[in-house]
Amino acid sequence: MGTLVQTLVETIALGSLYALAALGYTLVYGVLRFINFAHSDVFTFGAWVSYALGALFGWVATAAVQAPVVPVFAMPFIMFAAMAICAVLGITIERLAYRPLRTAPRLNVLITAIGVSLLLQNTGQLPWAFGKDGQNVPALISNQASLGSIAGVEIRVVDLVIVVLAGLLMFGLERLVYGTKIGRAMRAVSFDERIASLMGINVDRVISITFGIGSALAAAGGVLLGLRYGNIKEPADSAWVLLGLKAFVAAVVGGIGNVRGAVAGGLLIAAVEQFGATYISSSMQNLFVFVVLILVLLVKPSGLFGTAVREKV
Amino acid sequence: MSDPRTRRLAERVAAQRVNPLTAALRSAWPFAIAIAIAFILQIAIAPAISDFKAKILLDIGIAIVLAGSLNIVNGFAGQFSIGHAGFMMVGGYASAIVTYYGSLKLLGAPAIADVPVLGGFLGSGDLLFLGACLIGGVMAAAAGLVVGLPSLRLRGDYLAIVTLGFGEILKVLIQQTPPVPSSADAMTAGPLTMVTHLGGSLSFTGQPTYVSPTPWVVNADGDQTGHAGIFFAYLVVGILLIFVYRLKSSHKGRMLLAVRENEIAAEAMGVDTSRAKVTAFVLAAFFAGIGGALFAHEVGAQLDTKSLGFQKSIDLVIMVVLGGMGSITGVVFSAALLTILPELLRSLGVDSYRMPLYALTLIVVMIVRPQGLFGIKELWDLGPWKRHVTPLWNKLTKGKQA
Amino acid sequence: MTALALEADQLSIAFGGLKAVSALSFAVPERGLHGLIGPNGAGKTTAFNLLTGVYAPDSGAVWLGNGASRTRLDGKKPSAIARCGLARTFQNIRLFGELDVLDNVRTACGVRASSGLLRTFLRTPRYVAEDRAMTERSLDLLDVLGIADRAHEQSKSLPYGDQRRLEIARALATEPKVLLLDEPVAGMNTQEKHEMRALIESLRERFDVAILLIEHDMGLVMEICEHITVLDHGVTIAAGAPSAIQSDPAVIEAYLGAPDDEAEVA
Repeated sequence: MGTLVQTLVETIALGSLYALAALGYTLVYGVLRFINFAHSDVFTFGAWVSYALGALFGWVATAAVQAPVVPVFAMPFIMFAAMAICAVLGITIERLAYRPLRTAPRLNVLITAIGVSLLLQNTGQLPWAFGKDGQNVPALISNQASLGSIAGVEIRVVDLVIVVLAGLLMFGLERLVYGTKIGRAMRAVSFDERIASLMGINVDRVISITFGIGSALAAAGGVLLGLRYGNIKEPADSAWVLLGLKAFVAAVVGGIGNVRGAVAGGLLIAAVEQFGATYISSSMQNLFVFVVLILVLLVKPSGLFGTAVREKV
Repeated sequence: MSDPRTRRLAERVAAQRVNPLTAALRSAWPFAIAIAIAFILQIAIAPAISDFKAKILLDIGIAIVLAGSLNIVNGFAGQFSIGHAGFMMVGGYASAIVTYYGSLKLLGAPAIADVPVLGGFLGSGDLLFLGACLIGGVMAAAAGLVVGLPSLRLRGDYLAIVTLGFGEILKVLIQQTPPVPSSADAMTAGPLTMVTHLGGSLSFTGQPTYVSPTPWVVNADGDQTGHAGIFFAYLVVGILLIFVYRLKSSHKGRMLLAVRENEIAAEAMGVDTSRAKVTAFVLAAFFAGIGGALFAHEVGAQLDTKSLGFQKSIDLVIMVVLGGMGSITGVVFSAALLTILPELLRSLGVDSYRMPLYALTLIVVMIVRPQGLFGIKELWDLGPWKRHVTPLWNKLTKGKQA
Repeated sequence: MTALALEADQLSIAFGGLKAVSALSFAVPERGLHGLIGPNGAGKTTAFNLLTGVYAPDSGAVWLGNGASRTRLDGKKPSAIARCGLARTFQNIRLFGELDVLDNVRTACGVRASSGLLRTFLRTPRYVAEDRAMTERSLDLLDVLGIADRAHEQSKSLPYGDQRRLEIARALATEPKVLLLDEPVAGMNTQEKHEMRALIESLRERFDVAILLIEHDMGLVMEICEHITVLDHGVTIAAGAPSAIQSDPAVIEAYLGAPDDEAEVA
C-alpha cells in the first residue's frame, strides 16, 4: 500500500512537470507544424536561471553557508524571472533560427531545431556559462518539509506546490487559448496560417507569443524540477536530455497540437515510468517510456487525442 | 507501330549487345583500384606518417563508412534517422563477441589487445575479424529491418523520434547486462552467456585490436608486428563507395531518390515506397554495422553505450547534412573535414567549443545553404570542377586514344 | 463490342459524412479517349484517386484489361496498380524536383527493370543492358514529348508547360495500358494547348493506350473525347457523346446554375 501511494505521488508530481514541458512542444507544433527539439533545453535553462539568480543573491547553499536565509518573496521572484528570461530566449530562437525557414521543407526546420538544441546544451556546458558540474538550487521551499502522511508515505510540501502551480498554469493556458483574442488568433494560425494572415492576423506576432508562452511554461517546469530534487546537473547531462525527450514523448503520445492531450500524456508517461520502475525494474524506466512511444505511434501515429492529417493529392 | 521511339523496355533490352568480357572488366576495375589504394595507404603512407596522423587517417576511413551509410537512408531515401549509432552498436557488439570468443575458442589464443595478429596478414586472425565484420553488418541489417518498419507509417519528425527511441532502448538493454567473462571463464561460456554478458554500462572488454595505426611490418623471420587496420578500413571504404555510387546511378537508387523527392508521385509511378524505405534502412544499417565492427576493434576505442550514443548519431547527421544529403563526394568530404576539425581545435586549445561550433554550423548551413555544401550533386557535377577539371580530363583521355 | 481497357463499377467513397463520389460507373475501350468533367469540387480528382488506389473505395470495383488479362485493381496499393498498367499525371504537378528531366523518366522506366541489388552492385551484363535500354527509352520518350533537349536540366526549373509534358513522359515510361491525365492543359496558352491536344490524340495510336482525361477546358474536351462522364457533387449527372452532353439540361444547370438561380440574380 505504501509503495503504491509513493508511486502515485511520484507520478502526479513528475507528470505535472512533464505536462508543463509538453505544452510547449504542443503549442509550437500547433502553429508551426514542427517539433521544437530545442524546447527541452529551454526547460533545462529555466532550472539554471533559478540557480544563477539564487547564486547572485546568496540564496544558494555553499561550502561556507550551509543553509542561507531565503526571503519569502524569493520563490515568486525567481519563478517569474525564470519564466520571463526563458520567454525572451524562446522568442529569440524563433526569430533567429526558425523564422528564416518558415517556407523551407520540414526536414530543414527539424535539423535546425536539433542544431539549436545542441547549441544551447553545449554552450551551457562551457566554463564561463554553467560549467560541467552539478549545482545546488536555492532552497525556496524545503524539499523535506512534510504535510503529513498517507499510508506511511510522507506527502511533501514541494509536491503539493508543484501540482498546484502546474495546475494553475495549465488552467491559465486553457483560458488563454480558448477564451481570449490572442488565443483565438493562435487557433486561427494553427488552422491555416495563410487564411489567418488574410484575415488580418499578424502571424509573426502570434508565433512569437506562442514561443514565449511555451518557453515560460517550460521554465516554470524547470524551476519546479530543481526545487524537487534540490540540485541540478550539467546542461548536457543525459538526464536532462532524456527529461526533455520524455516531455516530448508525452506531447506526442497525448496527440501533438492538443493542449489537454499534453497534460494526459505527461501523466501517462510519468505513470509508465514510475510504475515500471517500482514494479518491474528501476534501471529500465527509460525503456518503458520509449516502448510506449513506439507502440502509440505505430498504432495511432497522431497520438491518443490527436487528429490525423492527410496529405492532399 | 511505325514509330520506333515507342518500343518498350523488354524489346530494347533484348536488342542490347553487351560484351561479357568488357562488362566484367568494367565491373571489376573499381574494386581493383580500391584494393590498391587501401594497400598503398597501409604499406606506404601509414609508416611514413606519425602514429597520431595514421590514427586520424583511420578515423577518417571509419567516419566515411558511417556517414556514407547514413547517406543511403537520410540522403537518398530522405528518411530522417537520428539513431544511426544504434546500428553501430549492434554491429560493434556482435563483431566483438565473435572475435573475443573466436580468438579464444577457435584459434586458441589469449585475446589480449596487443598480441600480434594470429597467422599474419590475411591469416586466421584476420579472417576471423573479416567474418566478424560481416556478421556485425548482418546483425545490424536485421536491426535496420525492425527500425525500418515504423518508417512505413511515420515520417519526418516522428520517424526521427522513433529512430532515437530505438537507440535509447538498445542502450538501456545493453546497460542491464553483466560484465564480459574473463578470458579464463570465457573458455567455458555457453552461447547465451556470450550474447548476454556485454559489460553493462561499462565497456565490452577483451576483443582483440585489429584496427590500429601501428604499421604492419613483417621482419626477416617472417614474424608480423602491428596490424593491417588501415588496409581493412579503407577496403570497406572502397566497397561502400562503389556500392553507393552504383546504387545512386541505378534504377534502384533512383527509386530511393523518388521516395525522397515526392512519395506520392513515386508510388503512382509504380515504386513500392514501403519496400524502398525498408531497403534503405537495411542497407544503411548493414554498412553502419560494419563501421561499428571496425570501431569496436580500433585501438583505444571504448565499446560502450556512451561512445555510441545519441551524440555519435548527431555527429553522423551533421556530416551528411553539411556535405549535402544525397551527395557521395560531399559526405566523404565532410566526414574527413569533421574528423580533422576536432583535432585542429584541440591543438588550438579550444576543443570545448567543438560542439557549440558544430551546432552553429548546422543552423547556419540550414539557413544559408539548406542543401549542404554539394546538394544532391557530386563533385564532378559542380561548376568549378566542370570548368577546370573536366576539360583537362577530356584532353588527357583523348590524348590516350590518339 | 470493342474490348474494354478500364472499367469502373459503382465506385463510391465518403469522407466523414460527405459523399465525395457516389456510384461512379464508366468503361473505357482499348485506345479510347474518355473525358471526366464537372464543376470545381465535383469529385473528379477523387475519382482518379480511387482508380489509382490513393483512396480505397467504400464500395464498387475497378477492372483493368479484358479477357484473360482482366485484373481487379481496387484494394491494391497505388504502386501495384501502376505496375498493372494504370498510370497518371497530377493536377498539382508532382515531379521529382531535384532530379534532372531524364532521371524523372528513368525512375518510372525502372519499375519495369528486373535487376536486383546484387546485379546492380556488380554491374552484370544483364544490368548493363537494362540500364542502357532504360536510358535509350527515356530519351526517346522525351523526344516524343518534345523536351529531349532539356534532358539534363533540373526538372523543377523547367517552364510550366514542359513540366506537364514531363509528367506525361514519366507516366508513359511505366508502360501503361490506360493513362489518366489530370488537367493536362491547365495554365497553358492557346498555342501550347493546341500542341498538347495534338499530342494527346497521337499518344493512343503510338503507345497503344487508352486515355481518361479530366479537363476544365470544354473546347478541348468536346473536340477530342469520344465519350464524356459529367460529375456534380460526386454524382454522375450525364454520360454520353460530346454532342449529347453539350445539350443536356442537367449539365447546363450544373455549370450555369439552376434557371431560377439566374432569375434571382436578375
